[in-house]
Amino acid sequence: MPATLHVNGIRHTIDTPGRSLLTILREDLDLTGAKYGCGEGQCGACTVLVDGRPTRSCQTTAGAVAGKQITTIEGLEENGRPHPVQQAFLEVDALQCGYCTSGMILGAVALLRKTPQPSRADIVRAMEGHICRCGVYPRIVAAIQRAKVSS
Amino acid sequence: MTTEPERYELAQGPAYRFELDRRDFFQLLGAGLVVVLTLPAQESGRGGRRGSGAAPKEIAAWLHVGEDGLVTVYTGKAEVGQNTRTALTQAVAEELRLPVASVRLVMADTDLTPFDMGTFGSMSTPQMAPQLRRAAAAARELLLDRAAGRHGADRASLKLESLPIGQLTKGQKLTRTIDAAVPISPPAGRSTHKVDGLAFVTGKHKYTPDLKLPGMLHGAVLRPPAFGASLVSLEPQTLPGVTVVRDGPFAGVAASTPEEAARALQSLRPEWKSAAQPKGQDLFRILKDQASDGRPAHTAGSIPDGLAASDRKLVQTYTVAYIAHAPLEPRAALAEWKDDRLTVWTGTQRPFGVRGDLAQAFGIPESRVRVIVPDTGAGYGGKPTAEASLEAARLARASGRPVKVVWTREEEFTWAYFRPAGVIEVSSGVTQGGLLQAWDFHNYNSGASAIRTLYDVPNQRIVFHPAPSPLKQGSYRGLAATANHFARETHMDELAHLLKIDPLEFRLKNLKDPRLRAVLEAVAAKAGRGWGIAGGFEKGSYVATAAGIDIHPRTGAVKVTRVVAAFECGAVVNPDHLKNQIEGAIVQGLGGALFEAVDFDGGRILNPRFSRYRVPRFSDAPEIEVLLLDRRDLPSAGAGETPIVAIAPAVGNAIFHATGHRLRSLPMVPAGLKS
Ligand code: FES
Ligand code: FES
Repeated sequence: MPATLHVNGIRHTIDTPGRSLLTILREDLDLTGAKYGCGEGQCGACTVLVDGRPTRSCQTTAGAVAGKQITTIEGLEENGRPHPVQQAFLEVDALQCGYCTSGMILGAVALLRKTPQPSRADIVRAMEGHICRCGVYPRIVAAIQRAKVSS
Repeated sequence: MTTEPERYELAQGPAYRFELDRRDFFQLLGAGLVVVLTLPAQESGRGGRRGSGAAPKEIAAWLHVGEDGLVTVYTGKAEVGQNTRTALTQAVAEELRLPVASVRLVMADTDLTPFDMGTFGSMSTPQMAPQLRRAAAAARELLLDRAAGRHGADRASLKLESLPIGQLTKGQKLTRTIDAAVPISPPAGRSTHKVDGLAFVTGKHKYTPDLKLPGMLHGAVLRPPAFGASLVSLEPQTLPGVTVVRDGPFAGVAASTPEEAARALQSLRPEWKSAAQPKGQDLFRILKDQASDGRPAHTAGSIPDGLAASDRKLVQTYTVAYIAHAPLEPRAALAEWKDDRLTVWTGTQRPFGVRGDLAQAFGIPESRVRVIVPDTGAGYGGKPTAEASLEAARLARASGRPVKVVWTREEEFTWAYFRPAGVIEVSSGVTQGGLLQAWDFHNYNSGASAIRTLYDVPNQRIVFHPAPSPLKQGSYRGLAATANHFARETHMDELAHLLKIDPLEFRLKNLKDPRLRAVLEAVAAKAGRGWGIAGGFEKGSYVATAAGIDIHPRTGAVKVTRVVAAFECGAVVNPDHLKNQIEGAIVQGLGGALFEAVDFDGGRILNPRFSRYRVPRFSDAPEIEVLLLDRRDLPSAGAGETPIVAIAPAVGNAIFHATGHRLRSLPMVPAGLKS
């Protein structure tokens, strides 16, 4: 049975709800901001928001999120302006190769919605499932703390 | 300082000719001004030692100023996360006195950019930046001349920034060929954000796995069940919509979705012949027993004399495990054959080398192969090779369609290669007063980088012994400098303890090199009580690192809480990006220091995934303070690697000071400190 996905405010009908959300986003919807990093829920590179909750799209079937609001990194800009978290990542240079960055930003957006003034410990707890192999963690923490001020 | 060639600094490809001629520039770029920088062949890195009979001059870089006023620079360097794109853009913009936004870099496209050996060995900043600066300086002078001539203005008062530079060359095809003699200015040392950062934070940047072509298929490769196993037979199989390829040891499939390709792979019925493979537990014995005698990297005086003159002697063995680069973007390539020409997009540090490998594999001239490197999800020294490119190209040729191959995490952990494991034996002698007399240092297998000591020892023998490695190994950020520094700086700490001298004082007592002294003294001034300290030198830059730790009273887990690193690499180009690289190197280095190790047995990798192979995470990152010793009087050296070398011994020394346990194997505490 086809499933309906709401991605970044747009409706899509998916004929193969058993496929992983990551594959659907990347292959069918051409939203490649979510990355494959491990395929086992360990790295967070594939993170998207489902009804505002950070979700590993490699571990989620499209069918499981039918009808829910899905936000990918491509849907984060508002009126063509970067989201405050995106802005903070730029200002702090919280990236090197950038492959982890979309997942990191979405994880941070979800954290700040729930906890607008996160402590360092809050950030570490919420983001522990995201790997940055370039080791930019200290700057990502700084970016999230800067974004909390501006968002 | 390493006199031995580093055998794990991967081999260069063959010499290539560059085919683009003057007319083509303008066809490609449009009218305007082209500045071509030529250098003697040796300097451009493709010198006559290959006996290619190459012309004495080679093109090193070129730069185009278009009618729209946009400056485009072409370089064969690749962006693999070290922010080379930003550093080089900045160098050109500074030299032109133009804002960074008016300069665009075309990187690592073998059809468009000049030959480049590869992006490794921390050479992008020291070598490429001055070359691009020369081209930019020549362009600036030429444009100013024209502006002055045209407007009859006072040349000294003109600034490119306020001139319509596109107009100055409009409708013309100007070429200026220059050589190394053009004077350039030193780096301004200003911080600039990642030049195309917006594309990354918005998810718009396309890495190789994100690329798509019309009609493209997804490829997957049949892997042996263990290293050394060979494919004996593969039952022919017809799967609808799937291309199955068998070509010697290679077998793979291409299908219209990644899942279909994976399923097709599962349904193949291969027969394998296995070959005996070493046991993981025998690793260090194998490396030691099967190593060759090697050739000394350095000798001075006589070891027996030095030991005879010593009051205290110390003999110790250190080991380092294999570790994986595990870049978050796995190896990937997209290949397309069109009219007998092959184009491959891939994340690699060596686009021209990959072009050569492809040309050779398919028996076609290099002029019919184009390799394009999208800015890549990192490499750390692990992506010079062409595996995924060859696989995608082979499948694309068989299927007659473009094919993309993206390695799974498990493939990346298994079929790439590892940082060499090694055994290092040190025996030393020292006087009661704390002066080193003898230093006998033997590295088995891990490599010769930074194998020499900067401490003053009258009697030295320093030898690298190559050995047959049980696993495939190759370059890794910092190469063997991490292993050699770990052994050396741990041993120095042990000697200081033996003599009951403060570890910093002991080092300084035996050290004249003013640059290493400077970084050691800088961190020592900031280090807390009971911290571990270590210092070193590699590839033109100096680092000292101090680490403070916490040990969980119940679990014995070691947490590095604070790190201070002092770094000196000559003149600083972009202080903030340099700090970013140093912080990243420290965090990455903590993985290899504390818990990263590739477990293997009988030709299989036992932990080929992130759930089994622990990499540093948020909770592992310490507070890091970076002290940059900016030497404006010295040329800039590379900085992507050296900051990683001193963190492991600094942490090990801290553990010793806290607990009295001396740890001599990397990783030091894969399962926490056991009492
Ligand atoms: S790819 Fe989904 S968590 Fe790593
Ligand atoms: S910036 Fe490279 S993985 Fe995070």
